[in-house]
Amino acid sequence: MHQYGDRRAVDGINLQIEAGEIFGLLGPNGGGKTTLFRILSTMLHPTSGRVRILGLDPKTESAAIRGRIGVVFQNPSLDAKLTVLENLNHQGHLHGLRGKNLKARIDDLLSKMGLESRMHDRAEVLSGGLLRRVDLIRGLLHRPDLLIFDEPSTGLDPGVRRAYWADLEDLREKEGTTLILTTHFIEEAERCDRVGILDQGRLVVEGRPSDLRQAVGMDVIVIEAEGVGALRDDIFDKAGVSAIVLDGTLRIECTDGHRLMGELYAMFRDQITAITLGRPTLEDVFVRETGHRLQAIPEVA
Amino acid sequence: MALVLPTCSLWKRELVRFVRDRHRLYGAILQPLLFWLLVGAGLNASFFPAGVDAEVTYLEYIYPGTLLLILLFTAIFSTISVVEDRKEGFMQSVLVAPVPRASLVLGKVLGGTTLAVLEGLIFLLFAYQLDIPLSPASLAATICFLVLLGLALTGLGFTIAWRMESTAGFHAIMNLLLLPMWLLSGAFFPLSGAPPWLGWLMKVNPLTYGVAGLRRVLYLEAPAKAGDVASLEYCIGVTLIFTFATLLASIAVVVKGEGARV
Repeated sequence: MHQYGDRRAVDGINLQIEAGEIFGLLGPNGGGKTTLFRILSTMLHPTSGRVRILGLDPKTESAAIRGRIGVVFQNPSLDAKLTVLENLNHQGHLHGLRGKNLKARIDDLLSKMGLESRMHDRAEVLSGGLLRRVDLIRGLLHRPDLLIFDEPSTGLDPGVRRAYWADLEDLREKEGTTLILTTHFIEEAERCDRVGILDQGRLVVEGRPSDLRQAVGMDVIVIEAEGVGALRDDIFDKAGVSAIVLDGTLRIECTDGHRLMGELYAMFRDQITAITLGRPTLEDVFVRETGHRLQAIPEVA
Repeated sequence: MALVLPTCSLWKRELVRFVRDRHRLYGAILQPLLFWLLVGAGLNASFFPAGVDAEVTYLEYIYPGTLLLILLFTAIFSTISVVEDRKEGFMQSVLVAPVPRASLVLGKVLGGTTLAVLEGLIFLLFAYQLDIPLSPASLAATICFLVLLGLALTGLGFTIAWRMESTAGFHAIMNLLLLPMWLLSGAFFPLSGAPPWLGWLMKVNPLTYGVAGLRRVLYLEAPAKAGDVASLEYCIGVTLIFTFATLLASIAVVVKGEGARV
């Protein structure tokens, strides 16, 4: 539990993350993700409770933990006025790496990411996507067992996001690195091995995305209409189907969406503006567990 | 090893950043220089400070204070960047590296001090234009004192910056505390002529002993021209304590903030 003054930023979180997995912390901004991120990256100690990172206690063994974790912040932790190489050199020195060892490691990572040609460019001239990748290299220099990311995809184009994720999955495959990331993007959470959903400081639900989605049910029908409240009552009275009102739309969870959609449309055609059928996403899981949307405007991947 | 490598690395970073930022290169020297020339020339005819040798022009009188101002400005420029750096920049990763907190402080402070002293040295060239008799001994003494003051001021700046949430907050402290401290340091007017309440403020102001100390070392070969200020030993003593205090405070704020806030 962590308390800022009177406010409990996170409370009652009980979480265990396995080695070698990609674990996502999904939640809206202000939901406690950042606080949890800070606790996991040893920047913050919880007001009460127990934290063990790689089996070590951050209160007493933070130096040991820091030697084995890499942290990638939302804003790349790079000096704009220094070149890529200089930035990486400094970072290496912070972890006790130096000389030929450090040079070899930097060269290796830069060429793996295809960035050797930008080695002598100042950080300030790189695009956002490239900066993130250099920042990733920065986090990897000392071969951490665990990498923690805060909102890794914010501000990146979808194409760049995909490339970045390819790098991350590669890491997990080849090095067995455990990855933890915070995000408010549904599709990013979907790509994780397991997901923990945070809302208002509490861990609402946690598990594999496929398992969580299956628990919702097979299909989700979304209906847009003028008078949603009235329509909902109508649907219940005449079709015996219950729907919930959310953000001015009706949501129905069901197992035979195709048939039901056809029936509903036939029965209520005049009242329906639009009707869609889809598989449940983590957004639906979130809605189901918390009663409200994850974000005001759904992100398009 | 754990302390030396990161400290040197961070120290070097400060120097490289400075060289690449044209504005800082010019700003920290030109501003005080301009001020010195304009105020010195302007007030020359009207100013006869009590207890000061009549031969000393006002331009010469405010020279040591201007030297201090250069140190102060460089210290501020060096440390103000800590605010943003800590929240969104390079320093984020320093905080999660297995680096002793003292290393973080020393890297920054040594870097800032190096820059301050270098700028001070450039300004010392002007001492030869005035009637300040700089011998190798007094030059060496002056440089040592500049190093001491540089450490103290950068340490002070760091302590302030580490606890600031915004650069604007630092600007406020600069205007409400640091610049008044400088104004009341004997840079412009001597302690002896000031009204008692002002004199008291000046006596408790550590910068007063910084300026007095500079007067003493600059005029090592002609002590009479230093005026009626505290003795060199006293100035060194006070400044040493000041330096020690601000460096300890710098490390304390980082260690105290550890794990409690970002």
